[in-house]
Amino acid sequence: MPNENSISRRGLFMKLGILFNGLVASALAVPILRFLASSITRGSGGAYLSWVPLGRVSEFPEGETRLATFRNPYVTPTDGKTVDTACWVRRVEGEQFQVFAINCAHLGCPVRWFPQSGLFMCPCHGGAYYQDGSRASGPPERGLFEYPHKVENGLITIQAGELPTPGSPTAALFGNKPPCGARNELVSIESKLSTCNETSALPRKTNT
Amino acid sequence: MSVLGQIGQWFDRRLQLAAPIREVAEHPVPRNTASWFYVFGSAALTVFLLQLATGILLALIYVPSASEAWSSLQALNHDVTLGWFIRAMHGWGSNFMVAIVLIHMVQVFLFGAYKFPRELTWIVGVFLLLMTLGMAFSGQVLRFDQDAYWGLGIGASIASRVPIAGPAIVKLMLGGPIIAGATLSRFFALHVFVIPGMLIGFVAIHLLMVVKLGINEWPMPGRIVKRATYENEYHQLTRRDGAPFVPYAVWKDMFFAAFILLAVGACALYFGPFGPTGRPDPTVIQTAPKPDYFFLWLYGLLSYLPPAMETPALLIGPVVVIAFLVLLPFLSGEGEKSWRRRPIAVLTVLLIAIILGTLTHLAGYTPWSPHMNAWSGNPVPEQFLHGTTALQRQGALVFQAKQCRNCHSLGNLGGERGPALDSVAVRLTQDQLIRQVIQGGGNMPAYGKNLSPAETTALVAFLETLHPRTQAPARDASRDMVLREEKD
Repeated sequence: MPNENSISRRGLFMKLGILFNGLVASALAVPILRFLASSITRGSGGAYLSWVPLGRVSEFPEGETRLATFRNPYVTPTDGKTVDTACWVRRVEGEQFQVFAINCAHLGCPVRWFPQSGLFMCPCHGGAYYQDGSRASGPPERGLFEYPHKVENGLITIQAGELPTPGSPTAALFGNKPPCGARNELVSIESKLSTCNETSALPRKTNT
Repeated sequence: MSVLGQIGQWFDRRLQLAAPIREVAEHPVPRNTASWFYVFGSAALTVFLLQLATGILLALIYVPSASEAWSSLQALNHDVTLGWFIRAMHGWGSNFMVAIVLIHMVQVFLFGAYKFPRELTWIVGVFLLLMTLGMAFSGQVLRFDQDAYWGLGIGASIASRVPIAGPAIVKLMLGGPIIAGATLSRFFALHVFVIPGMLIGFVAIHLLMVVKLGINEWPMPGRIVKRATYENEYHQLTRRDGAPFVPYAVWKDMFFAAFILLAVGACALYFGPFGPTGRPDPTVIQTAPKPDYFFLWLYGLLSYLPPAMETPALLIGPVVVIAFLVLLPFLSGEGEKSWRRRPIAVLTVLLIAIILGTLTHLAGYTPWSPHMNAWSGNPVPEQFLHGTTALQRQGALVFQAKQCRNCHSLGNLGGERGPALDSVAVRLTQDQLIRQVIQGGGNMPAYGKNLSPAETTALVAFLETLHPRTQAPARDASRDMVLREEKD
């Protein structure tokens, strides 16, 4: 007679069955979770970002801010028009540029440029920014997102590929709150990150 | 026995469902619950079934691809026979479903139905509300137009504010680095498989508990719920004053459900389908995205929160609200059920309704947004230019050309972001006007860099004329003193 502490043959097999299923389930969970997280892991370390040309420097008159469009570097076959992105290019003077994301730093709506008053205005919640991208009024906590850019062989090129959002690493890199780093340095993301950390307390450098 | 009866018996011998179904249909309910107040739950279920049916019909044509979704919606609207009507039914059905679920929740709350022993029914109901809102948002995304595109941007911006995990959550939500094909595909999966599957399961549990625990009796002031005695009292009540659910109470549910379906159909027929608005092309930036009506209050709230409050409110607010709703039956699981003896409950419902209603109303005309075309579309009304000097008229030109009008109205035309300026000269002296224009402040940008001294002089000269005829403009009394002393 088995006592209460002993385990029956069937009871043991049932427990082994549960264990076996648990092992198989955890083995299968690995590819499933990796599949689900692929949109995160694929872009780790800035892998979604690349340098994208916006046009010739001569297309952007000095002292003016113009709308430019570019095709997002990361494309899938069903994206349609959604990979075409707009941005505001401000040519301060010579080869000195600022390239702002179209997305409001508040909640991402498309901001519009009003050259007469020198303001970017957002249609959603009334955020407004000065011509250098710094916050003028409204709910945004910070200035417009800026793409890192460089001018080479008469072409203006920006580093883009991710939707700029208030919490995205791209937002932290390019003009954080308070804005960090010099504007026109041609630096990689990593060094820019470290610059940001070191100089985050510095006041914003104005270009006007 | 008739042939039909025999066929029925043949099936029931194998399925054995007739007895449990009869038991559910005939379970006794307190007589006074056969009320028009008790019809919202079944109405919500009816609209959900309508959504399932119309949703399946739409899926016959709809293509969940970022490059084709918009065109397939156009085809539904214009090419497919009655495609517009099915779209309209589904769209209006979603509006009705959110509204009915909310009304059901308010009724259940005011009737104390969440108290012992129906705590879990309430909690499951809270999750059903969240799923309904999830369906509403994901459904709006599937209507892949400009509003859907920028609405996703707003969602991503909110999600990105989560500390540390924010960027990863955004990529998981978008299915990649930007709003694109993968984003629509995953919202399609959510809207069509994941959330409806969960909804069906949760609805089943919700209904099972309603049947097992019995419908909440009509609350009587002074009849106190106690854990020790309630179940006994309820059974006595249904035995003494009960009636079978079918047909005693069910006919009101049936009438109301049919009425709601008719109302959805009438709205669909009269108002037609929702959108789609413009193509989801991010390079077309002349757009003012707006959510559907059930999220308008949130859209309004986001423009009124102070910037520093926004992230905590967005991240902590929902957690607090959901936690409170889930914990509610544990915080007040016993006691009075009747709204007549629960003034705080009634006031809370009224307060929330007024807040949501006001924010929704405001979001309908967004007084916080600049009117982008006011500077070129709304000329300065004539009465403000009568008898003005050349300098003042030049100022009126500056006022228009520098887009002041986008935020400030004159004669009730123009933006409402800033105060109306019809009588600004009564409020601000010349010096104050100059300071305000140049330095901004109080939510106004500084225009110092964008106005030449001549433009500022002209603009302020014009602003100084803006006062009612019977009221003198504001002036600095000390300045008069100084000028007089200089004269002396």
